[in-house]
Amino acid sequence: MSKNDNWKIWEVFIRSKNGISHKHVGSLHAPDAEMAIKNARDVYTRRSEGISIWVVPSESITASRPDEKEPLFAPADDKVYRHPTFYEIPDEIGHM
Amino acid sequence: MSKEEILNMEARFERYVAEENKVEPKDWMPEKYRKTLIRQISQHAHSEVVGMLPEANWISRAPSLRRKVALLAKVQDEAGHGLYLYSAAETLGADRQQLVEDLLSGKAKYSSIFNYPTPTWADMGAIGWLVDGAAIANQVMLCRTSYGPYARAMVKICKEESFHQRQGYEIMMALAAGTPAQKKMAQDALNRWWWPSLMMFGPTDDHSPNSAQSMKWRIKRKSNDELRQEFIDKTVPQAEFIGLSIPDPDLKWNAERGHYDFGEINWDEFYNVIAGNGKCNRERLAARNKAHDEGKWVREAANAYAEKQRVRQQKQTSAA
Repeated sequence: MSKNDNWKIWEVFIRSKNGISHKHVGSLHAPDAEMAIKNARDVYTRRSEGISIWVVPSESITASRPDEKEPLFAPADDKVYRHPTFYEIPDEIGHM
Repeated sequence: MSKEEILNMEARFERYVAEENKVEPKDWMPEKYRKTLIRQISQHAHSEVVGMLPEANWISRAPSLRRKVALLAKVQDEAGHGLYLYSAAETLGADRQQLVEDLLSGKAKYSSIFNYPTPTWADMGAIGWLVDGAAIANQVMLCRTSYGPYARAMVKICKEESFHQRQGYEIMMALAAGTPAQKKMAQDALNRWWWPSLMMFGPTDDHSPNSAQSMKWRIKRKSNDELRQEFIDKTVPQAEFIGLSIPDPDLKWNAERGHYDFGEINWDEFYNVIAGNGKCNRERLAARNKAHDEGKWVREAANAYAEKQRVRQQKQTSAA
């Protein structure tokens, strides 16, 4: 196998139908974007799972680091006042 | 990290998975957990890929168009399943090219079941019914495995596999209800595939040294013997329903246990096939290598095309 065969990895996102956002379904290898779309069609939509495909080179994705979980997400944990159930509304008012 | 720190991390990791939390690619994990998963997932991927061969044997000779499209779709699914699994292994840092090379060189293992031949059409029925049935029992368990990408691949695979088993059973059902010769062919396939299918679950629990650690890490959720028993209990009534008999004189319902008792499995045969001496080990690897070599020009063409497009696009951008 030549080095050239080690095609880069693409992340695949599928929209199952209009009205729903694209969702990550997996990854695959391809030499270019066009082939990545074709491969994604064969690999991830054999049973009408989608009507639209996005492919993104994995290397283009910047991810937050797992060890930053605390500083990134913990600040939201003690802010219960951001949720509607924090506020007391009398039952007579009904749904609000 | 000091040795003590690592031990601490490992203990914390074990608690974390014991509480049914999932592990994702970038999370810290014990090196042995990562290695075990890469080995297991890649072997699983190789099995899907090699698993295409025994069935591909019958695509051009399927007895009807209906059977042919089904078999074609099933074999295409196996290719897809191999790919989902290679992708899952890659999230652990494995290199796919290396994995494929290990398969082609014979270094990597795949499920022994695919080293058995498929001489008759009834084998397509037996494979779908028994081999896919056994695989499903294992895969349903793996839908709850602790490693997120592996579990997600399994959910997708399980959804697709149930058609595989149904189409296989339907083939067996049609043959069993056919002429005496057809029924005989179905019984013969069951005779040949029954025991190898039971071996698919691996050695008995007392001879499966890595199982305990895998259970602790929640990679495996049920033991080999548990899964095997589950499969037998489910399959025996299916054989009875179509009037075929399981080739095991010791098979008997045990009301006390609520399970079927069954005869001794020939483990010498199992280890012999793993060691490379099955009927088709050499043929399978040769076929894989041939397919890979014959696909070389396609990979080269795709590379050349991608490069041409890239240069063209570059020119356009610099012109503008």
